[in-house]
Amino acid sequence: MSGHVHKDYTGAKFGMWLFLFTEVLLFGGLFLLYAVYLARYPQEFISAGKELNVWFGGGNTLVLLTSSLFVAISITALRRGAKTLCLRLLGSTIACAVIFMVNKYFEWNAKISHGIYPGSDHLKEMQPGEMVFFNLYYLTTGLHGLHVIIGALVIAWAMFLIKKDQVNADDWVILENAGLYWHLVDLIWIFVFPLYYLILH
Amino acid sequence: MSDVTTTATSERGFFDEGQYPGIFAWLLSTDHKRIGLLYFWCIVTFFCVGAILGLLIRLELFAPGETIMGAQTYNAVFTLHGVIMIFLFIIPGIPAAFGNLIMPIQLGARDVAFPKLNLFSWYLYITGAILAVTSLFTGGGPPDTGWTFYVPFSAQTSTNVSLAAVAVFILGFSSILTGLNFVTTIHRLRTEGMTWMRIPLFTWSLYATAWIQILATPVIGITVAMLFAERIIGTGLFDPAQGGDPIMFQHLFWIYSHPAVYIMILPGMGVVSDIVPVFSRKPCFGYKAIVVSSLAIAFAGSLVWAHHMYTSGMSDMAVLVFSFLTFIVAIPSAIKVFNWLATLYEGSILLDPPLLYALSFILLFTIGGLTGLVLGAAAADVHVHDTYFVVGHFHFVMFGGTGMAFFAAMHYWLPKIYGRMYDKTIATVAWAVMVIGFLILYISMKIVGMQGMPRRYYDYVPEFTGLNQLATVGSWILAVGLVLMFANIIRGIFKGDPVEANPWGGASLEWQIPSPPPMENFGEEDPVVTHGPYDFTKAGIL
Repeated sequence: MSGHVHKDYTGAKFGMWLFLFTEVLLFGGLFLLYAVYLARYPQEFISAGKELNVWFGGGNTLVLLTSSLFVAISITALRRGAKTLCLRLLGSTIACAVIFMVNKYFEWNAKISHGIYPGSDHLKEMQPGEMVFFNLYYLTTGLHGLHVIIGALVIAWAMFLIKKDQVNADDWVILENAGLYWHLVDLIWIFVFPLYYLILH
Repeated sequence: MSDVTTTATSERGFFDEGQYPGIFAWLLSTDHKRIGLLYFWCIVTFFCVGAILGLLIRLELFAPGETIMGAQTYNAVFTLHGVIMIFLFIIPGIPAAFGNLIMPIQLGARDVAFPKLNLFSWYLYITGAILAVTSLFTGGGPPDTGWTFYVPFSAQTSTNVSLAAVAVFILGFSSILTGLNFVTTIHRLRTEGMTWMRIPLFTWSLYATAWIQILATPVIGITVAMLFAERIIGTGLFDPAQGGDPIMFQHLFWIYSHPAVYIMILPGMGVVSDIVPVFSRKPCFGYKAIVVSSLAIAFAGSLVWAHHMYTSGMSDMAVLVFSFLTFIVAIPSAIKVFNWLATLYEGSILLDPPLLYALSFILLFTIGGLTGLVLGAAAADVHVHDTYFVVGHFHFVMFGGTGMAFFAAMHYWLPKIYGRMYDKTIATVAWAVMVIGFLILYISMKIVGMQGMPRRYYDYVPEFTGLNQLATVGSWILAVGLVLMFANIIRGIFKGDPVEANPWGGASLEWQIPSPPPMENFGEEDPVVTHGPYDFTKAGIL
């Protein structure tokens, strides 16, 4: 199993899965802090969670889930040789990423205009548990937002390679790995959303 | 190890066939041997810088009071010594340098699974290293927190901790990518006949190490990222005034940094496991036990982090549990030591330099490991916590262990890579001088620590003067040994006698190809493995 033009698909996907483990553990640090501080300040976490808008969060959840569906279909499309359809689906995924980030911008903007952001005077007047909640909220959603942007760039790169036919119906592991990364971005949001937005329900 | 047909290649092997002209033959190469050498020389350079800083620390402690530097400078110097030695020498040391050089050859592969990613890891390492060094000269002065970056001090100090945190994040990313590259390589690129139970123990140790790199390093990433956010935008997750808890920083830090000590030591154990059978002319005793103990260390080592925090204010129950787990993790290490000794027993021992360095590993690591148990016992730890006993302990395991293993690997594999042999007599003399200096230096530290001298101060009470001066003299002897050793190695690379393919009589695959190895390691035909890595009879050596 070697040679100059050798392509090891299993190896490539294996490496990607290992990388996804590391991403899960990266966010794991934040989830661990959430668990410890939730156990310490349960009431204050609930009262702070009421400040978050379920519609913003729920809307973004739908947007991300839809985008993951687009990516999954796009891989099948490419494997069946439907290059144009694949590119359109990937374009829709990036559009979803943009919608997500715009939505996030308005959400953060609303919070910040109410004086709720790390280090603000208003935040420092709140209960300790509420401060922790919002600081964690900004770090977690911020880091996740960064991953949405990176994921969109990775998909744009895959589109570029598909356009140049370097990724095609016979050689599609790069697209599959890009898709795996995008699903991770989606997966992490699936955990972030209930922890922060649905905590009082 | 197998019937490899030696293909006709030039005498200079992979040194001849750069893909790009001039320096780019190295800077843009994706060949694992060239990347390994890039790592090797960077790592050796940083080791020398770290060693000079260590000598300066010892010089300052030659007499009580201010000797050559003030308190603030001293804080910066020991922080830098720690950061350079930990993040730029010990952690990448053996895996990135010798792992890259040797591991693919031991598996019978042409390269690692992701060669471009491998080169990218090196660039991340260099970027992180440059940022770490830059943090000394920019911002509010060199970081003065120690390599552990404990909050609240690290969140408040005006020195350049933010940039150092970014450097650690990038170095961690480099470590992760190397780890996932190695795991994938070992799973996917073993040649025909290279079953799991025929993998040389050095590569096995890299496999266990790579898993720790993958699973633990992201945690330090997020921890220093949170420290960075706390300093820059005031997220206050570890700030009690904002409801945070500084102890959580220590937990997150050690969730990575304790497994990280096994990232440091496991490859060293792998080097020793490869060297001891070759120089005893005997198959490795308990091959499977060593494999399993490597994996056991990787697993159990992930469960003991809080033994660094006995005095930080944990519950008694937590202290008890972590103390117990710490004792458990000593078992697989002891299994390895007994197996090495059993391999040596009744062997036809050749006292060549690689074995001497490996033997000093066994001696010094055992002393260091046993004093680790003193620290692992909660009651004793309260007495010696944050004293020079701790400093002596971790220098025994890290320098006496990993450092000696790095030097053993240097003396064992560099003749293969460069195709030239150093002077064995000088190597032996340098080894003896180093071990003597080492023992004087670090045993003095342990005793003065037992007497109560705390670490991390530039000053001490006059009662400790004698032992401190002894330690400083030991550091000079050690330095002489180091200079002699490196000079001999470098001279050997340029002017040493040419060596044949198998100067030591090893049975694993790297000894079956020419020295230096050709560009594609094995030529057109992939090797077929028919026996284990220490089967000297079947390899035709005995």
